[in-house]
Amino acid sequence: MLRIVSLGGALVVAWLLLSGHYTPLILAFGLFSVIAVVAIAVRMDVVDHESVPIHMTGRFLSYWIWLAREIVKANIDVAKRVWSPALPISPTLLWLKTSQPGELGQVIYANSITLTPGTVSVSLQEDRILVHAIAREVGDDLAAGEMDQRVTRLEASGIPAPAQGGQGA
Amino acid sequence: MGVVLDGLSWALLLAGSFFVITGGVGLLRFPDVYSRMHAAGMTDTLGAALFIAGLAVQGGFTLITVKLLMILLFIFFTSPTATYALANAVWSSGVRPKRRDGTACEAIDRSDEPSKS
Amino acid sequence: MMFAVAAAALLVTMLLALLRAYVGPTLYDRILAVNTFGTKTVLMIAVLGFLMGRPDFLDIALVYALINFIGTIAVLKFFRYGDLGRAGEGDS
Repeated sequence: MLRIVSLGGALVVAWLLLSGHYTPLILAFGLFSVIAVVAIAVRMDVVDHESVPIHMTGRFLSYWIWLAREIVKANIDVAKRVWSPALPISPTLLWLKTSQPGELGQVIYANSITLTPGTVSVSLQEDRILVHAIAREVGDDLAAGEMDQRVTRLEASGIPAPAQGGQGA
Repeated sequence: MGVVLDGLSWALLLAGSFFVITGGVGLLRFPDVYSRMHAAGMTDTLGAALFIAGLAVQGGFTLITVKLLMILLFIFFTSPTATYALANAVWSSGVRPKRRDGTACEAIDRSDEPSKS
Repeated sequence: MMFAVAAAALLVTMLLALLRAYVGPTLYDRILAVNTFGTKTVLMIAVLGFLMGRPDFLDIALVYALINFIGTIAVLKFFRYGDLGRAGEGDS
């Protein structure tokens, strides 16, 4: 129920911010749309810990700040490689372990890897992930596992380790 | 005040321009489709973020800035998803990344190693 | 002035992406180039909105970001399965 209310609340906020028109008619349209979307989402049974992860709200912020710093560092690193005349790259493929208990955490980890220039996640399996790195050192950095641990802690905060083994929906 | 904000916008937009053009150059310079994804990722992350930040400074505390931030948030959610879909499609189609000397790059299995941190 | 410079930088990048789309050599290089071109278009529309003093362009940029993402996924799915209606491997 809390998830349904917070989904509806998020939609109301999104409508109000995007529309910018606050006449009764438009607001009524907005209310109708929000109710329709929430009703469809409930009927499709997609309002779960995966699509509305309210349990992580607090932790997300500190993770994003950390991730933003990593992204800036990685961008500068790749930019140097692009402009260096010798093109100092050594493409590497790595299978890495993912220690997240659920699918959501694994997806966050994979997306974080891709979002950081220099590493791209190529294939995702049960408990491991195939990563392409622009250079050997970049791959080694990722293999050290700091991002993996951080995402695991992010996912572990709040949910009592999903028993369904990530086979939801 | 206006001069300071304009200067900040200039700095952010110029830095964004640098990263976006660098991404474009990388897209041309890098040798295979996998490494080109890193260059494309650069334009989608820091390049886009700096651009949006530079525009947001001009927008001030208005709905314009909120919309700009929504665009940025959306790019940050969809860009890695699209890149993963592309990388996975390339991998499934059997194309393998190349090393600098043109030989195929074999996957190293490091999934058994315990993580250190 | 600053918006004009930013728009010029975006145009240069879009040109580079188009060049990659033209050279290829594989289908995936082209999809990557077109996807990059699309995200640059989103930024371009936003910058043009400021350049012309019409901030309502931002709504168009937002919608274009959505369409660009869906378009890339649709093209990838089409070339992978040859069919847009087919369920993926994960679906039952």
